[in-house]
Amino acid sequence: MKKFVNSIDSMLTESLSGFEKAHPDLVSLHLKPNYLTRKNKAKNKVAVISGGGAGHEPLHAGFIGKGMLDAACPGQVFTSPTPDQMIAAAEAVHMGKGVLFIVKNYAGDVMNFEMAGEMLSVENSTVLTSDDCAVINSTFTDGRRGVAGTVIVEKCVGSIAETGADLASCKALGDKINAQTASIGVAFTSCTVPAAGKPTFDIGESEIEMGIGIHGEPGRKRETMRKADAMIKDMIDAILTDLDDKTKGAEVLLLVNGLGATPLMELYLIYNVAEKLLREQGMTVARSLVGNYTTAIDMSGASITVCVLDDEVKQHWDSPVHTVALRKGI
Amino acid sequence: MSLQTKLICSSTAAIHAAIITHKPDIEPLDQAIGDGDHYINILRGAEGIDGMAAELASLSADEALNKIAMKLLSSIGGAAGPLFASFFMGMASGIKRNGGKTNIDIAVAFAAGVQELIKRGKGKVGEKTMLDVLVPVAHTFIFSAIENKTTAGICAEINASADKGLASTRDLLATKGRAAGLGGRSVGHLDAGAKSCQVMIKAVCKNITRKKIK
Repeated sequence: MKKFVNSIDSMLTESLSGFEKAHPDLVSLHLKPNYLTRKNKAKNKVAVISGGGAGHEPLHAGFIGKGMLDAACPGQVFTSPTPDQMIAAAEAVHMGKGVLFIVKNYAGDVMNFEMAGEMLSVENSTVLTSDDCAVINSTFTDGRRGVAGTVIVEKCVGSIAETGADLASCKALGDKINAQTASIGVAFTSCTVPAAGKPTFDIGESEIEMGIGIHGEPGRKRETMRKADAMIKDMIDAILTDLDDKTKGAEVLLLVNGLGATPLMELYLIYNVAEKLLREQGMTVARSLVGNYTTAIDMSGASITVCVLDDEVKQHWDSPVHTVALRKGI
Repeated sequence: MSLQTKLICSSTAAIHAAIITHKPDIEPLDQAIGDGDHYINILRGAEGIDGMAAELASLSADEALNKIAMKLLSSIGGAAGPLFASFFMGMASGIKRNGGKTNIDIAVAFAAGVQELIKRGKGKVGEKTMLDVLVPVAHTFIFSAIENKTTAGICAEINASADKGLASTRDLLATKGRAAGLGGRSVGHLDAGAKSCQVMIKAVCKNITRKKIK
């Protein structure tokens, strides 16, 4: 393993400290329990809080700031944060209008946020994101995984919260966007969890894992490496099958997300192919985002996310935002 | 046997040691069909509890179990934190209700812990999880206590039940937890959570037997 590490135990806090020092105008870091908040507390709105295991940077702390999150709770690498973190964060940032947690649908995250919600004295609610269409068997009680589509949910829910909308309206928008968003990822190499010290899974030089999860969980199937066009077509097909008739003639947001070790040059190549495929299917790609937003440490690969737009979603996607990883209009 | 805080502390120390000893058995299972962090997480939890032995010593058994639950909740993370914490909270309420003076009291409290864990994880036996060890062990614990078996005899039956429960996960299809995303590919692997529960249960039984507790 070649990584910038002093000690495994201090890695997360060293990184969080660097994050705070690099962006002192935007975020404040609180340790033991660990959470990050906006530098300047917002006023009179629903507090929007997210969190999850570290290793997906810039998710979630990179999205703290005006127009998006009020706080984020980072867990250990690929490990859910614990309820004491969410409770401390919620108590620090809530403004008397309730707290909305945005949680990616993984058993650990769900249970830890659930216990935090039960133990918290402030009114709270949760949006679970489950945009990954790779795991399609609905009998899996865990349901689908939350991946890069979470960024779209956090952006738009953050936006509606800034307007002073109540907790139920914020949750409703989050749930709506989640229902009209689908993602699928592909991995070329495994990630290496620092504490494990070696790649999470073996994958051959000419193999790809189609439907990879953002923790290196295996996806749909192991396939042979092919030309970009063919791989991207399969990904778009999976997404469109999942979104079904919602995409007919629709305007969509196309998010091409790097998993950590794939260069932007390739991400834009993916965008070029995916945009063409969506256009050929009668859709208009009206909004776009390309970059590393929901990563899997050092995994090589990418995910594609399509979110069906309507006027409300467009309005909240376009509104001003000022965070470390996403900034426009401010 | 009655459940004393001293026994809880020696058992958690035994669990900590056993987790370290069985690292090579536990870690690869989660790397094969999970996300590879199970071992690190439970080790962090066990270390945390070992570090609070002095603090626990002055507490009653149910208070100690509750304290352990809160420590696990804030130190493990992942799914294992809330699940193990729910187990210890459930067991603490059980001991508080019945006093934990006899084997059957302890068996019932253990079962109450498993019940809380089931409520939190919304799982059931047969989904390739720790429940495939914990539920049969709870049954065995109660049945053998009802039959007035000796403490050593109960431990022997629990050991066998834990082994059998663990082995059953090999052929199961994962439908819970992160391994569920694998579908058929999870078949043929033991479940990491079931394995760590088997390791912990056997460590506690060994500790009790070695101390010749009646």
